[in-house]
Amino acid sequence: MSETTYTTSPLKPEDAVYDFTIPAGEPWIHTIQKGQTFRIVDLEGNQAVDTLFYHADDVDERYSASDTIRAQGSIYLTTGTKLLSTEGRVMLVITADTCGRHDTLGGACAAESNTVRYALEKKFMHNCRDNFLVAVANWQGPTLNKRDITSNINFFMNVPVTPEGGLTFEDGVSAPGKYVEMRAEMDIVVLISNCPQLNNPCNAYNPTPVRVLIFN
Amino acid sequence: MNLASIPPIPVDRLRFEETIHPGGMWSHVIKRHTTLRLTDLEGGANVSVLLYNPLFPSERYNMADTLKGQHIARLTKPYCLYSDMGRIFFSITEDTCGWHDTICGVSHAEMTLAQYGEGRFQELRNRFYRNGYDNLLIELEKWGLGRKDLVPNINFFSKVTSEHVDSGRLIFHVGHSKAGDLIDLRAEMDTLVILNTCPHPLDPAPVYSPKRVKVSVFTSEPPAADDPCRLSRPENTRGFINTERYHL
Repeated sequence: MSETTYTTSPLKPEDAVYDFTIPAGEPWIHTIQKGQTFRIVDLEGNQAVDTLFYHADDVDERYSASDTIRAQGSIYLTTGTKLLSTEGRVMLVITADTCGRHDTLGGACAAESNTVRYALEKKFMHNCRDNFLVAVANWQGPTLNKRDITSNINFFMNVPVTPEGGLTFEDGVSAPGKYVEMRAEMDIVVLISNCPQLNNPCNAYNPTPVRVLIFN
Repeated sequence: MNLASIPPIPVDRLRFEETIHPGGMWSHVIKRHTTLRLTDLEGGANVSVLLYNPLFPSERYNMADTLKGQHIARLTKPYCLYSDMGRIFFSITEDTCGWHDTICGVSHAEMTLAQYGEGRFQELRNRFYRNGYDNLLIELEKWGLGRKDLVPNINFFSKVTSEHVDSGRLIFHVGHSKAGDLIDLRAEMDTLVILNTCPHPLDPAPVYSPKRVKVSVFTSEPPAADDPCRLSRPENTRGFINTERYHL
């Protein structure tokens, strides 16, 4: 799988069994059952949605960025991408994508990496790692902690890799109303940080809400 | 960097050396300001590595922070290997190979069976076919770690490029690393190194043929104010500050 693949979905939001708007800069954690479809909508355009998936029956089995990239032979995620677990099993399959490219190399922002990337004084800016940690610390389901915070997906984020081995955070290719949709192939716990990063263009310097829907 | 121009390790600095069995595993806590040298003895080796803070192993090598902080998609000198806490585990102070992969993960049992066929201990004894995933877990478990501690790893001596910035299609480069190629990793903090030498998961070779790798541990000078890794990027200058503060 190589080029970006734009596909629309026949599902209508009014048919969703779950419909929630995550405010800018906040976390969200929820379950998705095998067979359900999960949609994330980039409401205002170019909002990075940092996402992790866990196998609900065994949370030590989780989304694996490296296995997903290696198995499909390319680094960007789009329609048709199989999101693989650390054990090589398909967790979800991307079934619709009107944005066309999603990242899984850029990781999540954190207080500590912000001091490296930008300035020591920026340690106290809100960040995705803090969101992930507060969400899992308070999660009433199977225990999750920092060891479970691994390389995530950044839906709607554009991080091109050049043949020479360079990597940059570019202006996004998403736009208001773009969405990505995926079907769960096992029972899933999904953890999202609606990224609050202000120091690079991953959110177009303006973190905004995103809408999440689940369909049967 | 030309192989011929790398000086041998001074005898008074060398702590110890070991040659790792092809496809085998190794782990050690490399102390701060000590250098770990990996040498590809035969050419075509792959060394899968994970790194942890031995005192607080929830702090571990972070592929994304390492790549995005330095704006790189491959590892080489004079870049640094970062933990997820804004600290530097290792600086790459020498590298004759020029490109090391950190995005493709490790091989698993099923793909090893599919690619090479069956290779059991019963028939092959200690040349039985191993895979990177199980080998990482074996070595992790020895230190009280396990599946929760598996994260995207480094594959030293392997080169995988993105064919084009738009497609992102991956290409594995056969024959990238040559006999004698080496990489020096200078520890900026005590670091637990977990490694194995199973083939890279994208290596197309039809025959299971991991290579022998030598590890050498030697004392090295702490990084000076004008150290090339410290000065390689403003991000790394801050990374060194974070790491030095950790020891105060």
